[in-house]
Amino acid sequence: MTAESVSSGAAPGGLDVALAGRRGDFAIDAAFTAPARGVTALFGPSGSGKTSILRAIAGLTRLDGRVRVAGETWQEGARFLPPHRRALGYVFQEASLFSHLSVDGNLAYGARRSPGGVDAAMRREVIDLLSLDRLMSRAVADLSGGERQRVAIGRAILSRPRLLLMDEPLSGLDHRAKDEILPFIERLAAGLDLPILYVSHDLAEIERLADRIVVVADGKVRASGPLNAALTDLGLGFVRDPRAAAVLPARVVAFSQEDGLAELDLGGQRVFVDGSGPEEIGLERRLRIVASDVSLARAPLASSTILNILGVEILAIEPGGRADLAILLALDGAPDLTFMAKVTRRSAARLSLAPGDRLHAQIKSVSLATSAMPRSR
Amino acid sequence: MIDTGDVFSALTLTLELATVTTLVLLVLGTPLAWWLARSRSLVSDMVGTLVALPLVMPPTVLGFYLLIALGPSGLGGLFGLRSLAFSFPGLVIGSVVYSLPFVVQPIRNAFEAVGDRPLEVAATLRASPLDRFFTVAVPLARAGFLTGTVLGFAHTVGEFGVVLMIGGNIPGETRVLSIAIFDYVEQLRFADAHLVAGGMLVFSFLVILAMSRIGRRIGEVRP
Repeated sequence: MTAESVSSGAAPGGLDVALAGRRGDFAIDAAFTAPARGVTALFGPSGSGKTSILRAIAGLTRLDGRVRVAGETWQEGARFLPPHRRALGYVFQEASLFSHLSVDGNLAYGARRSPGGVDAAMRREVIDLLSLDRLMSRAVADLSGGERQRVAIGRAILSRPRLLLMDEPLSGLDHRAKDEILPFIERLAAGLDLPILYVSHDLAEIERLADRIVVVADGKVRASGPLNAALTDLGLGFVRDPRAAAVLPARVVAFSQEDGLAELDLGGQRVFVDGSGPEEIGLERRLRIVASDVSLARAPLASSTILNILGVEILAIEPGGRADLAILLALDGAPDLTFMAKVTRRSAARLSLAPGDRLHAQIKSVSLATSAMPRSR
Repeated sequence: MIDTGDVFSALTLTLELATVTTLVLLVLGTPLAWWLARSRSLVSDMVGTLVALPLVMPPTVLGFYLLIALGPSGLGGLFGLRSLAFSFPGLVIGSVVYSLPFVVQPIRNAFEAVGDRPLEVAATLRASPLDRFFTVAVPLARAGFLTGTVLGFAHTVGEFGVVLMIGGNIPGETRVLSIAIFDYVEQLRFADAHLVAGGMLVFSFLVILAMSRIGRRIGEVRP
């Protein structure tokens, strides 16, 4: 994750959106870009206009402005392509499979209509990717919510889109179904060579899936950029959430059979987390560091149960609550890798913390954002 | 003595009329039902009301207006005839108007029940409007089509007032079963009347039974 400029234009192959208009008594004015690969989250509270923006990108509803995808203009000025002429996949909140078709028929619906068609190899790949094999002969009505959503995702991908839009695809599911389907979406995001726009009001999902985030409030874009840059932007207020966390990329370098801990490289420093096995070595993982789990010390504690102690520099200090301060930290030697600490005003005064100070951050628990998902509120 | 040739000719004419009428109604009624289901304009409300009128109007009133409409200053004149009334085409036109609500209403309700979402999904899967109408809207509304077809057919078989007004009683041309019964009773041919009336009774029973069975079977696979 790099601190690239938020206002940079869309990379070739990416998504470039600038839409404005009224939906009922609600004004939307949103402009953002998304790169050609990876998940861009459209985040905001319910009723903030996320779905309206997504529908307008698909052409299902009409707003004024511009939509460009992979160098192709879907909408600009008088030009307005209807949805069926836009090469997009749309996964709706509820699975909305065609009840008059089988699972196979649903998958074939989009595939048959995609220009160039879908060959057997690609079909096989999508079926394997989403583990749809066992579902093929089942009636749509007999599928569970999670299974339906997997079929809907497969159907969207098999129409060979150049942009995948997902409108809170997990919101109708219970926790068990969410945990079951999230790994599939993760694999998808890693394997698909197209931009994915993922609408959600659930930060836990976004921490797991997104590479970038567009923060929407009252129909306007409040911020957009790399995920961690937004999560640790003290001005955006994520830090006020009790579960506020940073999400950082780290590489697994070792695994201890003795105590089950994986050792990860985070910007040149070492972090230990509950690991799953030696097969993880070499893989990139997302570390989730919760701000309220981070404490600061001038000198490293010699005897402590805390395993993860990182050298950091204070970048900024902001009020975080009545008794708390929110402190933005960067890893020593890796200024792009930022996370937050919540400390009491009294402690901060006692240590006379100030921007520029180099300290030891003791982290009570570091977890993998890809392990068991934190429960949404 | 029962004149089976007489009954048979009335029966084939009735089936012919009901078949042609139902086919015409499906062709005309489907787009009409689609429009009524999707439009919220005053015009569509007014057309919807017009379509429903035969449900409450006395068939003789309808028949009277049709008689005028099919006459020399109406459709009949258009085709260079004295009148379309008292002919098979005239009978078809009358039956179409009279049975219209029985076909349009179930199809319209079924289209409304389909809702926007499946069509939006189809649009995002690159189906054009016509494509998604035939591959999504129609299959999802199939229960409405079956109900409309059965009701339209049965209702045409059973119509009396309109046929009497515009069709008269020409054997082999406009003399359908319901008229035939009326005729037999007037001529005190009770055996013939029994045969036809009994047949109609069984037919009606089977129609309603079939409809409820179809409705349940299709209902099972609907979401």
